[in-house]
Amino acid sequence: MTHLKPVNRKAARIEQATAPDVVALQRTGVPQMPHFPLGCSLIFSPGWEADRTGGTAGLCQPVERDLFDCHIGCYWPAQVPDQLNHAPDWTAKCAAAQKDWRKMDLIFP
Amino acid sequence: MIAWAAREHHRFEAAGKPFVYLVPSAAIFELDDAADALLRTLSDRPRTREELSAFDNIDETLADLARVQAIGEIGAPPPVSPKVIPLAPVAFETARSVPLTTMVLNVTNQCNLSCTYCYEYGEDKIVDTANGRQPKFMTEDTARESVDFLLREAGDVAHITFFGGETLLNFPVLVKTVAYARQRAAEVGKSVDFSLTTNATLLKPEIIEFIAENRIGVTISIDGPKDVQDKFRVFTNGAGSYDLVAPKIRELLRRHRTRPIGARVTLTSANLDVKKIYRHLTDDIGFWEVGFAPVTTAATRGHAISGDGYDRMLDQFRELAYEYVEAAVENRHHGFSNVQETLEELHKGVSKAYPCGAGLGLLGVATDGDVALCHRFAGSDAHKVGTVRDGIDRGAQIAFLEKHHISNKTDCSVCWARPLCSGGCYHEAHTRYGDTGRANLHYCEWIRGWTDVCLQIYGELSVRNPAFFARFEDEHDASQAS
Repeated sequence: MTHLKPVNRKAARIEQATAPDVVALQRTGVPQMPHFPLGCSLIFSPGWEADRTGGTAGLCQPVERDLFDCHIGCYWPAQVPDQLNHAPDWTAKCAAAQKDWRKMDLIFP
Repeated sequence: MIAWAAREHHRFEAAGKPFVYLVPSAAIFELDDAADALLRTLSDRPRTREELSAFDNIDETLADLARVQAIGEIGAPPPVSPKVIPLAPVAFETARSVPLTTMVLNVTNQCNLSCTYCYEYGEDKIVDTANGRQPKFMTEDTARESVDFLLREAGDVAHITFFGGETLLNFPVLVKTVAYARQRAAEVGKSVDFSLTTNATLLKPEIIEFIAENRIGVTISIDGPKDVQDKFRVFTNGAGSYDLVAPKIRELLRRHRTRPIGARVTLTSANLDVKKIYRHLTDDIGFWEVGFAPVTTAATRGHAISGDGYDRMLDQFRELAYEYVEAAVENRHHGFSNVQETLEELHKGVSKAYPCGAGLGLLGVATDGDVALCHRFAGSDAHKVGTVRDGIDRGAQIAFLEKHHISNKTDCSVCWARPLCSGGCYHEAHTRYGDTGRANLHYCEWIRGWTDVCLQIYGELSVRNPAFFARFEDEHDASQAS
């Protein structure tokens, strides 16, 4: 910053925290704040819509995780195939959503 | 149309330079001329990028101000951080994760003075201290149970503050409690220290000796020189207490050198000569520090401070505060403790969800062992959050925290001083409005005025002697800041 000079300790922390560099994903050992349940209205599964600061830089799971949350924990049938009857093997090739989500194909009824 | 607008902030000047205090982050930045001019323009009204094109290097200045959230775009998506943090989980987490650090032990609710403004005995009292169900003196057993309670609830460090009534009326229990607490703390591997508040009337050589030997911090309630002290701080027969307490305090100050001894002054409408009181208590009597607080009372009482009383008080606080600056620039001590406390909070960038630690890290214990929000509510059933025997009632505590969160104080949501004030004292609100959850609107102007003075002082020191702030750093906080 060229036009502002941090004076107190909070200002110094803001300068540090807003430095233009995506480091959130590599952070370790940072004490976690309580999560804000901003997600689904039926279950609280934070971590994929907002990170601990309310932003998206430090999501603990990729946005694709959204898919699984919607079809297992949540009543949102239109978005995912019916795995009980119609497409039981839909996720068979997807061992870990974080890396295998591309292997889940579209289902045509 | 996207336009830039100033967000919540308070601009102030110090040492000839412009500064900004950001709300609610409580960050303080010094501005250069370009940033200052831009922020002032946007404070006037929002502008589009085109309207600002006359400024040099405008995009860079906009970016800097936006980065610290001093300005924001209107018409753009809302900021990523939620304005109101969901209450329930936070209150729940807070209640469980903040350890008890300070327990104020009301060892008696009796007093040998009859100060007319007293919140415990006067017209504004909450608890019937004379004929109520509470015992007049805390028993040794209850005091021991209180110590056990504190050591269960506390982290590594625990403070016990003995309070009253007049604390020294129950000196025998105080002595036993200190010994017991030291022994128990050693057994469980925690550290404990002690302080007490007294009106000084009962100080005598044996008591002073005990206090000094046990390194007990002392705060003396005293209002100033004889004419001031004797106006309100009187015995039941109306006689003033100055002549009795002054020599005893001098003796205490002479003997007790292990902890700084402070005076705590109650200001009333009839007693607002802050500088005269300060001079007397420091120069003539020898106190290390002096703190001032306006009397807590209903608005209708004669001694209540109102309108121009707050203005007079602020003028004198300001003068004393600038004395403090001159001392601080030369790294000399100055005993005006009100300014010291606020400077520390400004330096750390404290932004409070609650005005004080009551009900969180601080609890008050009544003579019968009931635990209340703080000492001022000790013995009140309506403000009880447990007992020393059964522990803290988490349900009551969480309900209290949810109700009193700053986001419930609608009036405060537009005030730039809320990171420090957070609505003010619960007890003051209860006395004024009959509701601990109300914001103390009667002294908002005073709080904003005083916060502004402290910001100017902070800015001034940041230019003239930034090394002075090193005293506000400690290991624990440094690790939090990383």
